[in-house]
Amino acid sequence: MNRTALLYAGIIFTVIISSIGLVFIPEYQLFRLEPVEAADGNLYPQPRTEFEEAGRRVYIAMGCVYCHSQQVRPEHFGADIDRGWGTRRSVARDYLYDQPHQLGTMRTGPDLVNIGSRQSDDNWHYQHLYDPELTSPGSTMPKFPFLFEKRTLEPGREPPFNAIRMPPGVLAENEYLLPTTDAQQLVAYLKSMRHDYAVPEAQP
Amino acid sequence: MVLAVQDPSEGADPRQELRSRAEIDRSCQGPVTLFVASAVGWLLFGSLLAMAASIKLHSPGFLSHHAWLTFGRVRPAHLNTVIYGWAAMVGIAAMLWLQTRLSRVTLVFPRLLTAIAWLWNLAVAAGTVAILAGHGTGVEWIEFPVPVALALALLFGAVGLVSFYTFARRPPGHIYVTQWYLFGAILWFPYLYLMAQLMIHLGGATGVVQGSANWWFAHNVLGLFLTPIGVGAVYYLIPKVIGRPIHSYYLSLLGFWSLALFYNWAGTHHLVGGPLPAWLISVGIVGSVMMFIPVTAVAINHHLTMVGHFHMLRTSPTLRFVVFGGMSYTLVSFQGSLQALRGVNEISHFTHYTVAHAHLGVYAFYSMVMFGAVYYMLPRMTGREWSSARLIRIHFWGSALGIALYWGGLTWGGWLQGRMMNDAAIPFLDIVRFTIPFLWSRSFAGVLMTIGHVAFAVLVWRMLAGAREPARAPGPTLLGRPRGEREINPAEAQ
Repeated sequence: MNRTALLYAGIIFTVIISSIGLVFIPEYQLFRLEPVEAADGNLYPQPRTEFEEAGRRVYIAMGCVYCHSQQVRPEHFGADIDRGWGTRRSVARDYLYDQPHQLGTMRTGPDLVNIGSRQSDDNWHYQHLYDPELTSPGSTMPKFPFLFEKRTLEPGREPPFNAIRMPPGVLAENEYLLPTTDAQQLVAYLKSMRHDYAVPEAQP
Repeated sequence: MVLAVQDPSEGADPRQELRSRAEIDRSCQGPVTLFVASAVGWLLFGSLLAMAASIKLHSPGFLSHHAWLTFGRVRPAHLNTVIYGWAAMVGIAAMLWLQTRLSRVTLVFPRLLTAIAWLWNLAVAAGTVAILAGHGTGVEWIEFPVPVALALALLFGAVGLVSFYTFARRPPGHIYVTQWYLFGAILWFPYLYLMAQLMIHLGGATGVVQGSANWWFAHNVLGLFLTPIGVGAVYYLIPKVIGRPIHSYYLSLLGFWSLALFYNWAGTHHLVGGPLPAWLISVGIVGSVMMFIPVTAVAINHHLTMVGHFHMLRTSPTLRFVVFGGMSYTLVSFQGSLQALRGVNEISHFTHYTVAHAHLGVYAFYSMVMFGAVYYMLPRMTGREWSSARLIRIHFWGSALGIALYWGGLTWGGWLQGRMMNDAAIPFLDIVRFTIPFLWSRSFAGVLMTIGHVAFAVLVWRMLAGAREPARAPGPTLLGRPRGEREINPAEAQ
């Protein structure tokens, strides 16, 4: 074998070996993971409904991952649990249904993997998405006005039941706000996010 | 056949050599300048997206009323235009030119390469529009939709074949160290890109293993694609400009093979503390720390080559950019190795510190080397000289001061941000407020860098359009008077 062939072989060999080590072996180790039965008789993690899955696509389309991670680090490594971002560390099993993954590498905003157990109020989420400073003064999260429809109220009529309740002064007297389907799906997804069930690898 | 540190073209009949070198450079003119010009276009567009994303982080109301321009789309659009538009296209230009120079043959298939350049532009444009329209994949560094990614992999493979064919036509001789790195980039990137698509978007890997595949890929875009092109270019350009061979053959060999062995494994340090098997993270940390070996070898080799010639940084635009880039490579790699350690990562992970680190790599190292390479290549391909030393100076100082401020501000701010996040007694929104001045410093740094890019674009534009300068200037455009030369009287020079 001459030197050129050796060079090519070495280059190809090093990258193939690393893909085996960092991708194929972990896949072999983890692909058999299954949901576990909890004390309440349900299997966890639970698959998302189609509506929630559509919300996950909105989450991806809006690029939430660039500021929000979806992983709780172990106790005594960072302060994730002390901050109330989870009651236990996240484990591989929690992500069985995530395609594509949204683990994230940035926390310009807080971790969201347990946002469903922290905040279950639809109206809070809608206000927060419409204008984050309504619920979180000082937040630098962008507003998402395009996830809402502003409607004008005809004189003498009440806003419909699904209108978002707003603090006074945000909208004009004769206006009300409706979430678009995207917003409803996104909030359904956010509310579904929770790693608060017991798994053999980590207890809450 | 011997692997060598000596440029193979040295030692032959000098006049014959100069003629054939000029012929090689001219053969590159069409396609290679098209790649460079496109890259510069993407650099400008990427800078605009960067400014928008940066401003949004401290002033979230900026351009916030349209989904197309929301932060979560502008930011990945920035990353993908500067990586696949600017960095990849200027890298391909450098690869093609270096391969013809080092193989001592003229460029083959120029029309095919021109078509590839246009198709590449089209693919990057389509991918960027898709991201802004909300069809990005949401997986960092692989946001382009699958068809766009497959097209890019295919086009890159075609460039690789052209490069191999060029190499195969060469007269017998050495393989220069730069060529080892070029072959690395050519063979590594398509495998990485296709495997990442397969494992993440086409269902090959489940759950968190996608995260591992993601960072195996994304870290290697820098480590096994941009780094070999950048380091390879430094290995060619420093000896060319100062007229002296690389210091040590053995250090080159050690640097290349240890990079090939260790950089591959570093990616999972992006997942420290994450829900993956502990061994997988440890492997990434070990790979990262082992990077001390190639980086130290390359740093010593380049330094000992440069010794005694540092005064030329005052005059040579190419050398100034390339040496700045080479030194940043040492700095960013040492920082990266330390950052992978669990104790450091516990603080730096999830903060702006990492963003600063990424820019030190792609900008202060890779992009600066590529700026230097363009300053060297284009005059030789077009037969013209750079029209303004002042614009080159503006470019250098805008980029150099800009990235220094960028890195300094976000490293400092990011580190404190990380320390505060690990103290649960500090409310999260207090940390958000605390980082805002540092984010402003980044926007200001971005303005400086963008000014540099505009100066660079004007220079490239003038050179290619040929509007402002004579076809043949009396000598190269230098940034100052070379040591030992008397001042040239302008009247005399006429």
